[in-house]
Amino acid sequence: MNPSREITLRVNGNTVRAVCETRTTLLDFLRDHAGLTGTHAGCEHGVCGACTVQLDGASVRACLLFAAQVGEGQITTVEGLAPPGAMTDLQQAFRRHHALQCGFCTPGMLMTADALLRETPHPDEAAVRAALSGNLCRCTGYQPIIEAVLDCAEARGARS
Amino acid sequence: MAAMAFMHYLPNGKVCTIPVMKPAPLDILPATSVAHALSLLGEHGDQARLIAGGQSLMPILAMRLAAPAILIDINGIADLRGIRLEADGSVLIGALTRHRDLERSPLLAERLPLIAAAMPWIAHVQIRNRGTLGGSLSHADPAAELPALCIALCATIELHSPRGVRQIAADDFFQGVFATARADDELLTAVRVPATTPAQRWAFIELARRHGDFALCGIALTADCSPTGAVTQARIVVFGVSDCPRRLPHLESAIVGSAPSPASIDQAMQSLDTVEARSDHHASSEYRLELLATLARRALRQAFGFDERTAP
Repeated sequence: MNPSREITLRVNGNTVRAVCETRTTLLDFLRDHAGLTGTHAGCEHGVCGACTVQLDGASVRACLLFAAQVGEGQITTVEGLAPPGAMTDLQQAFRRHHALQCGFCTPGMLMTADALLRETPHPDEAAVRAALSGNLCRCTGYQPIIEAVLDCAEARGARS
Repeated sequence: MAAMAFMHYLPNGKVCTIPVMKPAPLDILPATSVAHALSLLGEHGDQARLIAGGQSLMPILAMRLAAPAILIDINGIADLRGIRLEADGSVLIGALTRHRDLERSPLLAERLPLIAAAMPWIAHVQIRNRGTLGGSLSHADPAAELPALCIALCATIELHSPRGVRQIAADDFFQGVFATARADDELLTAVRVPATTPAQRWAFIELARRHGDFALCGIALTADCSPTGAVTQARIVVFGVSDCPRRLPHLESAIVGSAPSPASIDQAMQSLDTVEARSDHHASSEYRLELLATLARRALRQAFGFDERTAP
């Protein structure tokens, strides 16, 4: 019997409890045990950024963290950005700018960009490019994604 | 929901009830103190590996390059986190201090601007949010920035073991690819960086194909100067080129003794050390050596104010 344990995590404001093998990554816990398949499994060794979620508001790779290590930390996934059926202004900007094609990288992009804009509300283009450098996209060529993030930041600035 | 989790649909149409896992089976033992971590290390020996931020170890586990039965998780040891100014002006950085904390520390920005300038070059933000100083030093990737910074800043590395505490100069800590002076029963607990003078010049440059990728070549340098501007001591460290960060002693000697000028830097470059350069699918050894010569010269020009560029 492989080492297993009961793990309780706080995900998107809910409590998720599951018995799983200790070697379960946060990524697999979210997808297989919490039923939150919005977080995508890409390379599963920290290169592609598709599995990016937020741990206490900071972007992290869910494949490079064991679920058993999260403890009291608050996890936010792409499902936690907006209520079901709704979109945040960042998500709407992605749609407006055609910042996705196949959509595989999009949850990771959104979680990284969301954390960026909270920390740096008015990033310049270089800062957006640097922040998103750890998220690979094979469809868009990145330009629409950068534009979406900058547009969202600008619109927030105009509103406030 | 949990039961569903164990069902995977295989390409042949069958349902697999065993989850597909990247790492081999393992147990995680949280350590609550340095003494506890050392006792767990002693108890489990080579069955166990220490895990801090895990940003290098997790890929190793995922690819099963290592399959320890036990991970000793030191993330909960609060004593090992933090950046502190000591009475003698040195800066003590706990091994569990995350890269992002180094990046955003006002104390480091003021006291050790070389570290502050280099931090954004380390991996990507998601990695920096988890990765730790001690983890990077213990892992000793040849292309890692922090080992080179520690050497350039004359840092001392603190190791705890059941035999006591020892301090080792960063110069002597890195021994090769993923190889350090840390013994199996030792825990890297802190790094002490001596006080720097306002007269210290510094530069940091690296080149990677994409921001955040492993450096093909990088230079970290510090130079102490006399009131007249003459260089009294220099530490010029190259990383990403050889098996571990290497000082360039001939170049250092060539720059010491007078106040540098653009011409004297060009002259000093004639003394550039011979370095054994790695060759891999990212870059040939010849290319890395070309980069070394270009970036070392540029770093010297930057350090002494002859080049305004901050990035290669």
